[in-house]
Amino acid sequence: MILIVDLSYKKNSLSFEEFVLPIASIVEKTGTDFNIKHFTELCEEDLRSSEKVILCGTALKDDEFLKHEEEFSWMKKINKPILGICAGMQLIGLVFGSELIEAKEIGMKEIKLKKPNKLFSTDLYAYELHKYSIKPNEDFEILAVSDLCVQAIKHRSKEIYGVIFHPEVRQRQIIVNFVEKVS
Amino acid sequence: MRLGVLFSGGKDSILALYKAMEKEDVVCLITVISDNKESYMFHTPNIHITEYQADSIGLPLVTIRTAGVKEEELKELRRVIEMAKEKFEIDGIVAGTVESVYQATRIQRICDSLGLWCFNPLWQKNQLDILREVVELGFDVVITGVFAEPFDSSWLGRKINSKTIDELKKLSEIYKISPAGEGGEFETTVLDGPIFKKRLEVKGFSINFSKGSGIMEIKKLELKEK
Repeated sequence: MILIVDLSYKKNSLSFEEFVLPIASIVEKTGTDFNIKHFTELCEEDLRSSEKVILCGTALKDDEFLKHEEEFSWMKKINKPILGICAGMQLIGLVFGSELIEAKEIGMKEIKLKKPNKLFSTDLYAYELHKYSIKPNEDFEILAVSDLCVQAIKHRSKEIYGVIFHPEVRQRQIIVNFVEKVS
Repeated sequence: MRLGVLFSGGKDSILALYKAMEKEDVVCLITVISDNKESYMFHTPNIHITEYQADSIGLPLVTIRTAGVKEEELKELRRVIEMAKEKFEIDGIVAGTVESVYQATRIQRICDSLGLWCFNPLWQKNQLDILREVVELGFDVVITGVFAEPFDSSWLGRKINSKTIDELKKLSEIYKISPAGEGGEFETTVLDGPIFKKRLEVKGFSINFSKGSGIMEIKKLELKEK
């Protein structure tokens, strides 16, 4: 079971169909069960019953999730793979003490691989929609960068990944790889 | 949240509008009338029908005309969104973009520059699912433009229903085209549906088809009680 977390400003917002359903659709095609929850309704049972967690992105103007960083401290406690997409990567960075930095990118960009990993092993051309990225601290290794900012990170001792671009748009295999190869 | 919906009068923008009306406060429709039939951004056949659709739905329409020169037309799009922001105090824009990162990127950038939210409720959605959803919701959708093989003039005026969807699915598999016309293979016009207070009845039209493409131009229509 994959837990897919909606980080949008409110439950069942217009962003749900834009940032959550495309992820669910990719997970569904792998034949893996999933459970979608808005972040305000996450409970311990959701985390306990899931093998992995995907934190979805939000609209460019939606920073509501940043006001709720403390509600994601469970990321430090559960020993399960997590993939944070855009807003999700920002939260992962913040929860583990990294710095949020202003870095706006909108549209397709070239992404340079820094370290081959279970999610991807080549340079990428990917869709961006973010105002911030993360300046990772020593807990993380940098997997990929653009000419502006860090694009992908992995926790050094946990199976916790973050990508600031949106793999659901042109790099769907990254989500499939997380579902099938990360454990 | 007060929203304006980018509106071409076709199936995608009507479905985006329907979804936006379910969840937020839609206060206006926004239409760019492009004089360029091959515009990269804007649906063109029967764009004048948006006036009747807006009237039937009961929403004000904000329009602008553009020569449709690539990238230049984006300035007109920015201007019309700015007009909607000033007149109707919108907080954001809704678009019916499905796959095009070209369109999505440009609309996102314009919204960002104007401090507006941007929503794309059909983004990355399966194209056959869009057709099915539009039909299941009860929208009356007619094909009014065909621009690629294997579509011929017999497709002009055809309604989207479960039989049409099955045919489009088969054609998409054979010809490797988008089953929902996302690649510009065909365009649609919506004449009725659950958010229409009156239905649009076509009273006169012409069909112009040559060299593999054509349009059904709606010349005359009336709003009829439902």
